[in-house]
Amino acid sequence: MILTQQLILGVLVGGLYGLAAAGLSLTFGVLRVLNVAHGELLMLGGYGTFWLFALWGVDPFLSLLGVGPALFVLGIVLYWALFQFVVKAHEEIRIKNSLLIGFGLTLVFHTLAIRLWTADERSVTTEYAGTVLKIGVFSVPLVRLASLVLAFALLAALHLFLAKARWGRAIRATAEDWEASALMGVPVGRTYLLAFALGTALAGIAGGLVSVSYSISPSIGIEWTLKALIVVVLSGLGSLFGSFAGGILLGLAEAASVVVLGGPYREVVGLVLFLIILVARPQGLFGGRG
Amino acid sequence: MKLLLGGIALTVGFAAVPLVIGRDDLLNLGVQIFLAVALAQSWNLLGGYAGQITLGHAAFFGLGALVTRILWVRGTPLLLALLAGALMATLLGLIIGGPAFRLRGAYFAIGTLGLAEILRITVGNLLPEISTIPARSLATYNLVPRYYLMLALAVLCVAVVAVLVRSRVGLGMRAVREDEAAAEASGVGAFRHKLLALAVSTSLAGLAGGAFAYYHVSYYHQHTFSPVWTFDAVLIAFIGGVGTIHGPVLGALFYVILKETLAVQLVEFHLLIFGTLFVLVVLLLPGGLVEGWARARHLFSRR
Repeated sequence: MILTQQLILGVLVGGLYGLAAAGLSLTFGVLRVLNVAHGELLMLGGYGTFWLFALWGVDPFLSLLGVGPALFVLGIVLYWALFQFVVKAHEEIRIKNSLLIGFGLTLVFHTLAIRLWTADERSVTTEYAGTVLKIGVFSVPLVRLASLVLAFALLAALHLFLAKARWGRAIRATAEDWEASALMGVPVGRTYLLAFALGTALAGIAGGLVSVSYSISPSIGIEWTLKALIVVVLSGLGSLFGSFAGGILLGLAEAASVVVLGGPYREVVGLVLFLIILVARPQGLFGGRG
Repeated sequence: MKLLLGGIALTVGFAAVPLVIGRDDLLNLGVQIFLAVALAQSWNLLGGYAGQITLGHAAFFGLGALVTRILWVRGTPLLLALLAGALMATLLGLIIGGPAFRLRGAYFAIGTLGLAEILRITVGNLLPEISTIPARSLATYNLVPRYYLMLALAVLCVAVVAVLVRSRVGLGMRAVREDEAAAEASGVGAFRHKLLALAVSTSLAGLAGGAFAYYHVSYYHQHTFSPVWTFDAVLIAFIGGVGTIHGPVLGALFYVILKETLAVQLVEFHLLIFGTLFVLVVLLLPGGLVEGWARARHLFSRR
């Protein structure tokens, strides 16, 4: 009973884990850049949604139409100002430097958020926030269900874009082999820029959804970076639906641990899983490359 | 030679402070600087010289603090408690070293971050109460011995790392950092050297944690496992000059003094500045303040 209810909630939060991880996996997979400030970008998206709602009463789901593009632009700025210099380096140095830069950005965004918006926890509470769908004895919060569906739809759309569109194919080709792509006339620099900005926008939208169903504060950045990293390690790079599935797997594992071990260990389960997989497959479940 | 003399002069200067002016605020500032030197220098051995960037330094600092604090509060002599803390931190380092060094680059960094977070959450769950020095010690709490202990710790960290990296083993560590395969091919065992760097680095971090446990009157055990300790170490080492002996010392002085100056009006503001500085250093000045100084001197000496 309790277990099933927890598992339902686990699936719902798992969709957001998947969405957060998809953005990270996109930038990591394409640029070979590990942006550990990903969670901070998610946090910024969350605040965007929160303030649009708090100041002007904009519906949180509607505000994603503004938050997504805004974070896309922030991604362009970050890439242009910082990461374009990193991608020129050789792979190992590239990952190391991007990790360090992401670490610096994490501190900057985190401190900025505290200065601007205080350390308080906030969340968007709409009129329909309390609506619960009753399925037998189980209850499904409507907002969370909508978030899950939206996350899935977004990833499906992105998948289509990567599969069919000209720029989408450029992204996939560059991820496969940037040198060969450059020789085939793919503008690698702009492809990197696009992939990075898309990853940032995904983080922002995920953050908006987090602010509706859960709560945001300046300190959620690191938590969500870790969640996204765990999911990326669980599911590997290269597949958006893989990230989605990995996210749901993590949500389920956390839910099960809440029932078995109690609430406080919820965060530990994912990390333990993460370490086991990292050590058991040191080359990563990240596919065979690199 | 010049560096050695500078180090000795700095140490003597700091050692004279309690004799000349015994103001508590100055002593506390000193303690913070020494702790920062110890943290950054111990991180520097593994992250700077051996090239293994870790984001899990807090795990070893925290474990050292936890063990020392519990033993010392229960009546174990301080020195023994400190040694036990350092030993436990080293042991943890050796245990995770095997599996962790199978991870390369970024995976090692985020893997160690994950480990530190697991410890932090678990310790927070198991020991949620605040830890306070017992009343009998509180009545006689004196800052001066704590100041000297921290100074000794900082000097020890700098000395150990300086001696080690100038030895044959230290050369091996740097070889591993530059090119693992080439080092192996020249008969330098990469795993052996990395593990040694990890063992020394973690024992110093554990010792620093123990000294913190002796210094601080009351705190939550979880606090010593906080990623903040790792962040401080990484920021200081990089801004000062990673992979040099005097870099982390300069970085610590700069970091703590600026942090305290800013903290008067703007709490936490220093992280904004240091985060930005850090990004700039990684992008533009990989040698930190030390390299910046050398470049500036070069520029002027040409004229």
